[in-house]
Amino acid sequence: METKTKTRWSEHNKEIADDHFFYLRSCIRQNFNPAAEKIFLSILQKNLGKDIYDDPRHTTCTGIGYHADIVPFETLQTVIARQFSLMAEKGYKNCAVSCITSFGCYNEVLATWKQFPDEMAKAGENLRKATGREFEMPENLSHSCDIIYKFRKEIARQARYRLVHRETGEPLKIVDHIGCHYAKIFPEKSVGGSEYSRVLTGMIEAWGGESVDYPERRHCCGFGFRHYLIKNNRSYSISNSRKKFVSMEPYRPDAILTNCPGCNMFMDRWQYTLAQIEGKTYGGGTNGIPVLSHEELAGLVLGYDPWKDLGLQMHQVDVEPLLQKIGIVYDPAQKFAGVNGKYINEPLFTGCFNPHN
Amino acid sequence: MHSKLNSLLKSDVRLEEGLTACMNCGICTAICPAAEYFEYDPRSIAVTVQSGNEEEIATLLESDTIWYCGQCMSCKTRCPRNNCPGLIISVLRKVSQETGAFVQSRMGRQQYLIVKNIGMNILNYGYCVHPTILMPENHPEQGPVWKWVYENMGEVYASVGANLNGDGPGAMRKISGADLGELHRIFKESGGLKFYETIEHFSKIKALELGFVNENGEADMEKYTQHLLQEI
Ligand code: SF4
Ligand code: SF4
Repeated sequence: METKTKTRWSEHNKEIADDHFFYLRSCIRQNFNPAAEKIFLSILQKNLGKDIYDDPRHTTCTGIGYHADIVPFETLQTVIARQFSLMAEKGYKNCAVSCITSFGCYNEVLATWKQFPDEMAKAGENLRKATGREFEMPENLSHSCDIIYKFRKEIARQARYRLVHRETGEPLKIVDHIGCHYAKIFPEKSVGGSEYSRVLTGMIEAWGGESVDYPERRHCCGFGFRHYLIKNNRSYSISNSRKKFVSMEPYRPDAILTNCPGCNMFMDRWQYTLAQIEGKTYGGGTNGIPVLSHEELAGLVLGYDPWKDLGLQMHQVDVEPLLQKIGIVYDPAQKFAGVNGKYINEPLFTGCFNPHN
Repeated sequence: MHSKLNSLLKSDVRLEEGLTACMNCGICTAICPAAEYFEYDPRSIAVTVQSGNEEEIATLLESDTIWYCGQCMSCKTRCPRNNCPGLIISVLRKVSQETGAFVQSRMGRQQYLIVKNIGMNILNYGYCVHPTILMPENHPEQGPVWKWVYENMGEVYASVGANLNGDGPGAMRKISGADLGELHRIFKESGGLKFYETIEHFSKIKALELGFVNENGEADMEKYTQHLLQEI
C-alpha cells in the first residue's frame, strides 16, 4: 500500500530547477502587487543565495490577449520564442515564471512544439524575420510557487515567524486557491497535480500553519478573461469567487493563500465588492479574509517589512489581523508612507466596509 | 455539404490537441463553471465540432454560446478522453473572428472592445494591463485602495520598490522603444496585427449596419463603442 502511494505521489512530483533562473514577470502582479515580485527576487538572492536574472527587455507574453481571443496562437508562440531567445542570450536555461496565465501559455506552446515541430519552425521563422533572433528551448520551466515550494524547508529554517497563533499556540488555518492554469491544463507540470495540489499546502505546513481543505477548493476564481475584461460581464467573475467564499466560510480561515496574480487580486477585491452588494463578509468580521500570495507569505515569515518590502498596503482587505495573530512586529504609521517615510494620505477606507457610514 | 468551416477549424493544430474522440459523457459540462452560470454546454460543442456538420458549426460561430467559456480549462483535467473543450472554443472563436461571424452575436461583438483595450495595451506599453489606464471610475470593484494607488501612483509604486515607467529592470518598468519595436514586428510577422485589423474591419461593417455613421458617411466607432458598452 505504502509503495503504491509513493509511486502515485512521485508521478505528481515535477522537476524544479535548483539555481540560475531567468525571471519572467507577470503583467497583473506588477500592476497590483509589484512588491511580491521584488520580494521573490530578494528571497532567492539574499535568503537562498540563488542566481536569478531580471531582464528589462522581456515583455508581456500576451497571455491575457490570447485567452481573450484577440491574439492569435502564432503570435503567442513567437512572443514566447522571443522571451526564450533573451534567456539564451544571457546564458540561462531555467525559466522562473511569475504569472499563472503565462505559465499555462509557456507550457501549452512547449507541448505544441513537441507534438507539432512545424509550429516551432514557423515560430522560429517569424521571430527571425521580425527580430533577427534565434531561440533555444528552456531546460526547465517552473512557476515561482514551485521554487518557493522547493525551498520551503530552508525558508522555514530561516523564518523569524511561524504561522501559529501567538496567544493560543494553535496553527493558523489557511485555505489555498490554486490558479486554474497552474495544474488543470498540464497536471504533470505542477506539484501534486490538479486534484491534490501540494504546492501551497506544502508551504503552509512547512511554516507551521494548518492547511484547510474546503469543498470548492478547485473551483475557478472566475476571472474568465473576457468576462472580467468587459464591465458588463463581470457578474460571472464575482459569482464564481462568491461560490468559493461561501464554501470556505464555515472553516473560518485566518487567510487565503494564492499562487496566481489574478486570483490574488480577485479574491481580495471581490470580498470588498460582495460586501458592498450583500452587506456581509464571508469571514474576518467587517474586514474580510486577508489574501496573500506565496511570495508575500514567504516574505512575512522571513520577517520582511509588510509595507515597504511586501507592499501589503496595496491590498483592499487589511492584513493586520493576520500580522497580529502571528505576532509580527510592524509600524502602523508606515502603512501609507511614501518613499522617504513621509505620510502620503490614505484610502477612503480599507477592508470591506466604510466604518464612517 | 460544404467543408469550408471544417477545414478552417482543422487547419488549427489546437483542434487536434483539444479533440480526439468525444464520447458525449458530459463530464466537462458537470465541471464547467460557465455551464453553471450560463445556458452553456461544452459537451454539445465538442459533439457538434466532432460531427463536422457545417450548418451547425456556422450557427455556433454566430452565436453567443462560444463566448460563454471562461477559459479556465477545468474541462481538460476531467475529460476521460483527454479532450479540452476550452481549446476547441479557442479555435471556434478564432474562426468566428476570421470569417466575421462574431459580429452577429452580442457577446461576439465585444471582441472589438477587447482589441481596443488589451490589444492596444500590448502594443503601446508591452503589458496587457497598465495602471495608468485602470481608471477607478471604470473599475468600481477595485475599491478605495486601488483609487488611492491610482491617485498617488508615482509615490505608491516607488514606496514599494517598483520601477513605474522607469528605465532598467523592475516591476512596471518602461518597456524600451527597441523592445516595443520587436514586439510590433512580431505582431506584424505572425499575423497578430492582421487579426486586430480583421476584428476592426468586421466591427466597422456592423457599426454601419446598425446605423452608427458619422458626417462623412463612415462608421462612427466611438458611438459603436458606447453601444457595445451598454448592450446587454
Ligand atoms: S469532451 Fe470529454 S468530458 Fe466532454 S463530453 Fe466529450 S468525452 Fe466527455
Ligand atoms: S475552459 Fe471553458 S468549457 Fe472548459 S470548463 Fe472552463 S469555462 Fe467550461
